[in-house]
Amino acid sequence: MIDGIAQTNTAAEHVADGLRVHGAVRRFGQVNALAGIDLAVRNGELLTILGPSGSGKTTLLKVIAGFEQPDEGGVFLNASDITDAPPAKRDIGMVFQNYALFPHMTVAENIAFPLQMRKVPKAECTRKVQEALQLIDLPNFGTRFPRQLSGGQQQRVALARAVVFGPRLLLLDEPFGALDRKLREQMQLEVRRLQRRLGLTALFVTHDQEEALVLSDRIAVMDAGRIAQLGTPQDIYQRPVNRFVAGFIGESNLLHARMDDNGRATTDNGTQIALSRHAGKADDDIGVMLRPERARYLKEGEYADTTIRATVAEIVYLGDTTKYRLHADTGFDLIVRWPLHAAGHALAMGEQVSVGWDRDDIHVIRWT
Amino acid sequence: MPPPTLSRPRSEPDPRAGRPRLARQPYRKIPGSVWLATPATVFIAVLFMLPLAILFAQSFQAGSLAPYHKALFDGLYVTVLINTLALAGYVSLICLLLAYPVAYFLATARGYWPTLGLIFLLLPFWTSILVRTYGWMVILGRNGIVNRLLLDLGVITTPIPMVNNLTGVLIGMVHVLLPYMVFPLYAVMRRMDLTLLSAAEGLGASRWAIFRRVYFPLTLPGVLAGTTLVYVLSVGFYITPALLGGGKVPMTALLIEKQVSQFLDWGFASALSVVLLVATLLVYLVLRIVLRGNMQWN
Repeated sequence: MIDGIAQTNTAAEHVADGLRVHGAVRRFGQVNALAGIDLAVRNGELLTILGPSGSGKTTLLKVIAGFEQPDEGGVFLNASDITDAPPAKRDIGMVFQNYALFPHMTVAENIAFPLQMRKVPKAECTRKVQEALQLIDLPNFGTRFPRQLSGGQQQRVALARAVVFGPRLLLLDEPFGALDRKLREQMQLEVRRLQRRLGLTALFVTHDQEEALVLSDRIAVMDAGRIAQLGTPQDIYQRPVNRFVAGFIGESNLLHARMDDNGRATTDNGTQIALSRHAGKADDDIGVMLRPERARYLKEGEYADTTIRATVAEIVYLGDTTKYRLHADTGFDLIVRWPLHAAGHALAMGEQVSVGWDRDDIHVIRWT
Repeated sequence: MPPPTLSRPRSEPDPRAGRPRLARQPYRKIPGSVWLATPATVFIAVLFMLPLAILFAQSFQAGSLAPYHKALFDGLYVTVLINTLALAGYVSLICLLLAYPVAYFLATARGYWPTLGLIFLLLPFWTSILVRTYGWMVILGRNGIVNRLLLDLGVITTPIPMVNNLTGVLIGMVHVLLPYMVFPLYAVMRRMDLTLLSAAEGLGASRWAIFRRVYFPLTLPGVLAGTTLVYVLSVGFYITPALLGGGKVPMTALLIEKQVSQFLDWGFASALSVVLLVATLLVYLVLRIVLRGNMQWN
């Protein structure tokens, strides 16, 4: 291996090409914006940094792009140490939140800019710009100025500019924030398609968990300058490691409970919940997590591992599904989401229902 | 309710007719807003347009084009006119070169520095031009502060002539006109989107390339505004060239004054003024066209 640190990494052979951040710390006064980040993005992978504002995700992106220097730790790209390299020498393509297209240059000039900075011969430059315009499906827009384009078109130009020079890494900083929902979904798929087609290693930063689930090969959830969990979208959604991740990704019912000797959990208000396996020792503090869509409406005579009686307290119509807030007879609130006719009839406010779920529907997390 | 169809007759009132249409508003508002513009329009017409018209009429009072012929073809006046325009060009250029870094500093410095800098820039701006010009005469004169200091230090053996020549006029005019260049530049630099510079850097641009390809082109509107302002003001400058030039730096404004106060030739003075005005406008147009070519995006 190239350097000593890589040898300590079990996935070293993958890590050698791709991006690796090692023990990155960045302090702003008393605040640790980055409190020791270890992260490896494999070659050709799209990894999303997901976190609320202030979690340090933008700082991490700046450290990788070179706009910020880490106080400790290093950044490695294709096994070479770029920690101290200026941004211009990193060969990283970046798409900014507001696109950052040069307003005084035409679309073609914008896309040609990184090529000109690399002294690419004129003919080749023109050809590559034309190819890039084809790639983003705007072949005849070369002579327009950015302000003459719609938000989605500007977005695509920014993307073309970031990939035209064949960067070693593509960074995307909340690039879809300014787009309306429909366009955003379209652009997400387009970015994904482009990234796969060009085989780009990409790091995507967002606070939108839905976007992260759609786009990513893997997701790193950040909280207070640390990576709280790193895994596939399924991992993160179905098996969050702590309360923060469970609360941040999707909606969930999370109850504080205590383990008893029989592998069951007893919540604070005395509800007994069946668990699939022994998730801890007796008297352990645990969180019991249930996704709204995993709870079932129980008709007469239907059975589930755990069953409760509840009253419908709130109804939110979402189109394909309906969200209900149920007030359990034992005294806690439960959010469930069901297809319109799960109950066979439209549920009314104040109606008494039976709700149940099986052991496998419950995910147990550490409470502390 | 029947579904709306495309075949609805045109005469039927549009259900949206009650909603104000943005496109129509300017037309409808004109009658009312005209009155709002009237006081200012009258003010400008009486105090600026009318004198200009009188000036123009006066230049023809001899009933011939003789004054214009003299102003445009007499070697002396043509040379002075060219000198005047060139001097205004020098002043604009020096102002631009000095003001650009100053504006950049004011726009980017942190803490109390920008405030302090603006105060230093504004204090002379609020002081009378006459006072400042005499001040420069004291500083730059044969026995002025600068020459005394250099002589006493032994740097020079004979005083450097800095008044009653072009150097003095340039120093004085640049000093007076510098703020007019700094402020437009400062304004565009403050509005600059700094992520554009980061983007350029990330795309592989060196510091020089970032300046040349991104920063400077984006400040061109400020360069145009500042240069125009300084140029137009310098062309008609009177006090500073009169006092610091000591009669050795002829400018059209000085000649015009001489026609009026010494020869009482109002007709020729007016003709010279009109020629100067037209020449200024021509240069302004050229400047505008050249710089606008680089600012299509704006």
